[in-house]
Amino acid sequence: MPSTYQIAQLKTRLASLSRHDTGGEPERFLLGIDRVDAYLDPGPCLFCLHDIHARTAADAVAANAFALGLATRATRERPMVWVFQNLAGQEAGGLNGSGLHEWGVSPDRVLIVRVRDATALLAAGEEALKSGAVGSVLMSGWGEARAMSLTASRRLALAARAGSSTAFVVRAASMSAPSAAETRWSVGSALSTGLEAGVPGRPAFVAALTRSRQGAAPAQWTLEWDRERRAFCEPAPVSGRRLSVPVPGSAAARGPAAGLRRTG
Amino acid sequence: MLVEKIRGALRLAALSPEACALGLTRGMTLADARARTPALSVVVHQPDADAALLRQVLDDFGRFTPMAALDGDAGLILDVTGCTHLFSDEAGLVRAVERRAGRIGLAVRTALAGTPEAARALARFGRSGQVYQPGQDRDAARTLPISAMELGEKDQQALTRAGLRTLGDLEDRPTAALAARFGSDLPVRLGRILGREDVRITPLRPPPPCVVDRILFEPITETTHVEAVIGDLLAEAAVWLEQRSLGGRAFEVAFFRLDGATRRITVRTGRATRDAPGVMRLFRERLAALASPLDPGFGFDQLRLSVPVTQTLMAAQPGFEAPSTATRDLDGLIDRLTARLGPEAVCRFEAVESHLPERAARLVWAGRRESGTPWPARDPESPPLRPFQMFDPPQPIETVSLAPDGPPARFRWRRVTHDVARAEGPERIGGEWWRRPNHRTRDYYRVEDRDGRRFWLFRAGFYGDDPEPRWYIHGLFA
Repeated sequence: MPSTYQIAQLKTRLASLSRHDTGGEPERFLLGIDRVDAYLDPGPCLFCLHDIHARTAADAVAANAFALGLATRATRERPMVWVFQNLAGQEAGGLNGSGLHEWGVSPDRVLIVRVRDATALLAAGEEALKSGAVGSVLMSGWGEARAMSLTASRRLALAARAGSSTAFVVRAASMSAPSAAETRWSVGSALSTGLEAGVPGRPAFVAALTRSRQGAAPAQWTLEWDRERRAFCEPAPVSGRRLSVPVPGSAAARGPAAGLRRTG
Repeated sequence: MLVEKIRGALRLAALSPEACALGLTRGMTLADARARTPALSVVVHQPDADAALLRQVLDDFGRFTPMAALDGDAGLILDVTGCTHLFSDEAGLVRAVERRAGRIGLAVRTALAGTPEAARALARFGRSGQVYQPGQDRDAARTLPISAMELGEKDQQALTRAGLRTLGDLEDRPTAALAARFGSDLPVRLGRILGREDVRITPLRPPPPCVVDRILFEPITETTHVEAVIGDLLAEAAVWLEQRSLGGRAFEVAFFRLDGATRRITVRTGRATRDAPGVMRLFRERLAALASPLDPGFGFDQLRLSVPVTQTLMAAQPGFEAPSTATRDLDGLIDRLTARLGPEAVCRFEAVESHLPERAARLVWAGRRESGTPWPARDPESPPLRPFQMFDPPQPIETVSLAPDGPPARFRWRRVTHDVARAEGPERIGGEWWRRPNHRTRDYYRVEDRDGRRFWLFRAGFYGDDPEPRWYIHGLFA
């Protein structure tokens, strides 16, 4: 007769084999900057939903890239799915294989799914999240869509939990709507740290954390992407910076002043 | 009766039996026919519509045998080897074909004989609806008139003048003399009609290695019933495949509708599989995502599952503590998304050896196994040199430059003016003259405007050229 101890041991062993257990991996991921990671402590949650909002329509590329940065951090070595709405490709350009490679991800590991509308975007995203085959799923939508509701975001969050993958929804040219996201970001482009001879530098973002379920207060940082480390990094303090970054909570940070100047 | 225009005159193309009884013949002009019989009802002949109908009937007759082919512009040939027992015997099969054709509203002549040519000649010139046992067909064919050879008018006249009335007369003549007079084609043809030589027909669809059929006693219309039948068929096919250590790469279901319409739906898989529930899921996705949904009409009375593409698939022994199932899960995901969205929507990037930015990467279906060329090496010191998102085609912009050969100081794109703060370039990329001779050389600049947005601009052509160089935006950096 097996003893109670043996049964308990078997139970723990079975539990460790079950799919939802991450097998000792931390359930968090880090952005790679000590200052930001300390603020977000214990870091954004894996296997849940994160919303990334482009500050203006012209910031869609920055929002996509920031989301890919987060996804790269969250995915580790697993494959990644990027569901892309065709309209977003027409407005801000289609995804570019060479660009992904130059960004620092291996394009072979990114599955690109092109869909026509927001409903198909959510359906394909949910399917990918539930499959359990991928580390993270990015969904890039464009414009207002009734399908992007609170219910839809709840479904995505549940699918992410069920399939042990992290969901990132990028939205451009739309108002922010209620969502079940763990963290919500508003992202825009920032001036890069110029290299010698006035050459544009690494990808740079102004990323504002607008909401966090962990209770962190809204805050804003200027980040750059270091593709060799596959991590975000602090921009080097160079005097040549032409645009000052708004202090969190200041009028400049609140207002939509950073949008495009329309001239005609 | 049907008429068509041949050499400037309306001629009779096809006649009803009643019209034939009046002594009208094919090829007669309509004016002559009217002169003989004033009360004629005439319809213009539409060969295309006829061909389309015949195609549809052929698809429908796929229910009798997978080996079915068109024969001329008004006939079908079915190779029923090994299929007759499904209809009790040969006569039963012929009756089933005639019943089916009658239900669609066709008048048919049928014959079942040893070779395709014999069957054709006997159906057209012999008694319809007859089944000729081996040996019988030869005797029957010998009594057919010379016209069963379907020769040209001249040759036929020559044979008739020679006193040869039936194929039997023709066969009794020495072959060499006939071949010398009418060409070697004639004896070959004769041999085929008389069953001395047998050639296979080329079916419209090559018969798949695995076919599972379900003939339904009562036609079905409900989606749940259709899915249940497909599930049964898949389970049956899976057993068949497993016995032969095969897996399917494509599965096709043919839906035979009661009124003769046929619909075929195919799903493809990234790797060989015989996992019936998995393929069923793909079919469910596919059926839900059809652009024109499956229309059961008055119901389907037969469903056929075929596996046109198979591959060796050895039985795998699952480990007790299953190791990584990640790749299998990913393949399953790709298959499901492909079934729903189509293969062009589910892809990944593949490097191409080209320095033209729009050709350097291309999208290929994600389920493809072989990998392309490796991606070019990155310089660890430099920021990304290729844009994150790219416009196809590049969009024209208006620019103001300080120096003719320099980057623009200001440019206007989509009615917004951008002041350039930083710029790098030019990166000169020549055209691929071996593909497009008039391709203009491009000078690319990476620029950043005062708001921190980074663009990839290029000038096509040089200053002083004719026509003037044009500026374009090709992509956006993060």
